[in-house]
Amino acid sequence: MKKRVLTVDDSRTIRNMLLVTLNNAGFETIQAEDGVEGLEVLEEANPDVIVTDINMPRLDGFGFIEGVRKNDRYRAIPILVLTTESDAEKKNRARQAGATGWIVKPFDPTKLIDAIERVTA
Amino acid sequence: MDMNEIKEIFFQECEEQLAELESGLLKLNDGDRDPETVNAVFRAVHSIKGGAGAFGLDDLVSFAHVFETTLDCVRSNRLDPGPEVLKVMLKSADVLADLTNAARDGGSVDEARSRQLIKELEALANGEVPQASAAAPAPVEVVAKPVAAVAPPPVNDEGFQPVAFSFDDFDAAEEPPLMEMPTYEIVFKPKSDLYAKGNEATLLLRDLSRLGEMSIHCDMGALPTLERLNPESAYFSWKIQLATDKGEDAIRTVFEFAEWDCDLEISLVEDEATQSGEELPMQPVPFDLSILDDEPAVSVGVVEEEEQLASRQQDIRNAAVSAAGTASNVLQMAQSAARAPAEKAAPAASAAAQSAAAQQAAASAGTPTIRVDLDRVDRLINLVGELVINQAMLSQSVVENDANGTSSINMGLEELQQLTREIQDSVMAIRAQPVKPVFQRMSRIVREIADMTGKSVRLITEGENTEVDKTVIDKLAEPLTHMIRNAVDHGLETPEKRLAAGKSAEGTVRLTAKHRSGRIVIELADDGAGINREKVRQKAIDNDLIAADANLSDEEIDNLIFHAGFSTADKISDISGRGVGMDVVKRSIQALGGRINISSKPGHGSVFTMSLPLTLAVLDGMVVTVANQTLVVPLTAIVETLQPEASAIHSFGSNQRLISIRNSFCPLVDVGRILNFRAIQANPVEGVALLVESEGGGQRALMVDAIQGQRQVVIKSLEANYTHVPGIAAATILGDGRVALILDVDAIVAASRGQSLKPEMSLAAVG
Repeated sequence: MKKRVLTVDDSRTIRNMLLVTLNNAGFETIQAEDGVEGLEVLEEANPDVIVTDINMPRLDGFGFIEGVRKNDRYRAIPILVLTTESDAEKKNRARQAGATGWIVKPFDPTKLIDAIERVTA
Repeated sequence: MDMNEIKEIFFQECEEQLAELESGLLKLNDGDRDPETVNAVFRAVHSIKGGAGAFGLDDLVSFAHVFETTLDCVRSNRLDPGPEVLKVMLKSADVLADLTNAARDGGSVDEARSRQLIKELEALANGEVPQASAAAPAPVEVVAKPVAAVAPPPVNDEGFQPVAFSFDDFDAAEEPPLMEMPTYEIVFKPKSDLYAKGNEATLLLRDLSRLGEMSIHCDMGALPTLERLNPESAYFSWKIQLATDKGEDAIRTVFEFAEWDCDLEISLVEDEATQSGEELPMQPVPFDLSILDDEPAVSVGVVEEEEQLASRQQDIRNAAVSAAGTASNVLQMAQSAARAPAEKAAPAASAAAQSAAAQQAAASAGTPTIRVDLDRVDRLINLVGELVINQAMLSQSVVENDANGTSSINMGLEELQQLTREIQDSVMAIRAQPVKPVFQRMSRIVREIADMTGKSVRLITEGENTEVDKTVIDKLAEPLTHMIRNAVDHGLETPEKRLAAGKSAEGTVRLTAKHRSGRIVIELADDGAGINREKVRQKAIDNDLIAADANLSDEEIDNLIFHAGFSTADKISDISGRGVGMDVVKRSIQALGGRINISSKPGHGSVFTMSLPLTLAVLDGMVVTVANQTLVVPLTAIVETLQPEASAIHSFGSNQRLISIRNSFCPLVDVGRILNFRAIQANPVEGVALLVESEGGGQRALMVDAIQGQRQVVIKSLEANYTHVPGIAAATILGDGRVALILDVDAIVAASRGQSLKPEMSLAAVG
């Protein structure tokens, strides 16, 4: 059974890179373009893990994570924050919102997959 | 999809982000202080940096990084985006665009410039407010405002380490002997938050075990009785002995995501004696990962299969593993019942805030779009063109067979005609795009020329969302660029002169687009000195363009600047004097089926007005007959039509005739004669005169034999098969299936001035 990853990122470039990396690593990938869409597709995507950007229009990563945590079915799902935002304050906010972990952009494929492996059984 | 394709997407995205960046900065420049504008600007640079990092485009990354840091100061209100700050930012946007282009197409960038801007950006982030540069004295109201309380720049640009994690030695067949490696004692006590954030004690222990040889002890002392147990709380803690040569950092890395939500103590065990410790009166048990790797990940059943190791430690381990499993499983499975109170606690206020945010989001999200190859659209447009022709032919043959026009076929045809027209409009709308990108490019050009000339210029754009055919937009950039250069270089005065003339030091260039009667009108107005008519006139005399005693109206003098090789600047400057004159601008506008005019007020500036067709695929034309040939005259060229009376026709010179219209004389041009359709001029009284406006605003009366009517026609180029035919712009197919030539009015007028059309291009053969 393939693990399902929901990625949320407004950059077309990053979305494509995630798609290629995750597909090559044997994941099934569902993509959303911002937090609002991420929440919209959440139920249907039914992911095992979520990878999200922070800086996004409409609804940013913080809001998205909070939204996911409010959903009974997904409130314990691992959420990795994928962002170049690197200052401690941002990281903390992401954690307070309920992020499980983070990956620093630019990600290299191995790091991404490792981090996903770390938070999924 | 491979990396090259993704890279291509990245560069496409960069272009969009750069446009977004520039328009955001310009909004800020206009005093917009909406946080969303600042966010959008920040996101644009951020996105470029993110993508560039992925492709190892280091120059781009490092510049974007500095830019982003400074923008972050603006975003967090530590830096006020005043005029001087925005000046630096707009220049930085230009450099970012250059770097992006260089990364895509190779080539180099002005490194000195980007280094200089990096310095300026860093200075801004450090709270140094730039002073208005001496070259461009700021007007009184632009005196740099002191920026209050600028915080020091964020120092920790890489505040946390990237996850470095290796499974390499986990699968290694041979583990180094336990005793040779340092041993760490780790006390790990998760809090309930750890589980709430999607972390898992079991997974952390699994990862830890991959670092080396591990023994584990679970402390269940805190576990209450079942009735008092809160399934979402954390009761277990673990004491782990880990022999690893990876160091403490590697252990901390495992807990990287969890360290806030647990108590974690890591200490190095000094010697063997301590290791076998009295605190743990039991044998170290190797931590068996197979349990975790099986599916389901953790269950009592799986654990029980391992009972051959029956021992007290085993029990403890079972308990540890299943407890961790319980914690997560319960957490995952607990449905609304368990968390109802928390749910209800969610304040209504936040719900209201959310719906407001959602509304705003919906407003800014815009309509969804798709990307389509231009080729496909063009093919569709071509097909619709054929459809229009076909429909016209069908209508005509029905009319011919059903003279009274009452049959149902006729009625249906009318509907068909309407639908066809609608389809045509809709298809054209696909190609229509806002002029915004071209306008945005102009702001960069203004900045660059302002810098070069030491002038202070403000570009105001209006109607950027006015839509026009993509072809028109593509071809608009060049003439517009030249005109803008011209307006700043020649039109606007230096700040000193402006102040002396009682104007503000900052000149204004206004670029406006609007729709007017089926055409797009683009206006470029400056508030400079206006045309120096004396100088223009003298120059024209010097260049033998006009006679020394020529009697010209102001308008005619102004229009002299459109003559070939005309430049009023005393010395050829770097900026406008690139061998391109206003004549070239005029020709390119005309090639687009457009017209350009200038009106100027001395001391108050000049206004250039361009009027262009919305599309180059169809044209409203007047269908006329000339020497039994059917021709189409573009309607936009025609000022009026009239039936000449014999008394209004006057002979002039050997071969010329004039027609008097409301007390002025206008040269009469016989289209049939010019195009060699006939050998002698037709009698004007028997035909119709089309008064057309031509180059330089002068009028001509074109003589045709008869007018058939007005019609929208689909333009079909002749050039592919016949090369360029002088006097003819293109061709079309009429309803009756016949080919009609579309007249190139300006060429006809030029020919009537003596530059005759080449005689070998006799058009009788083509028609």
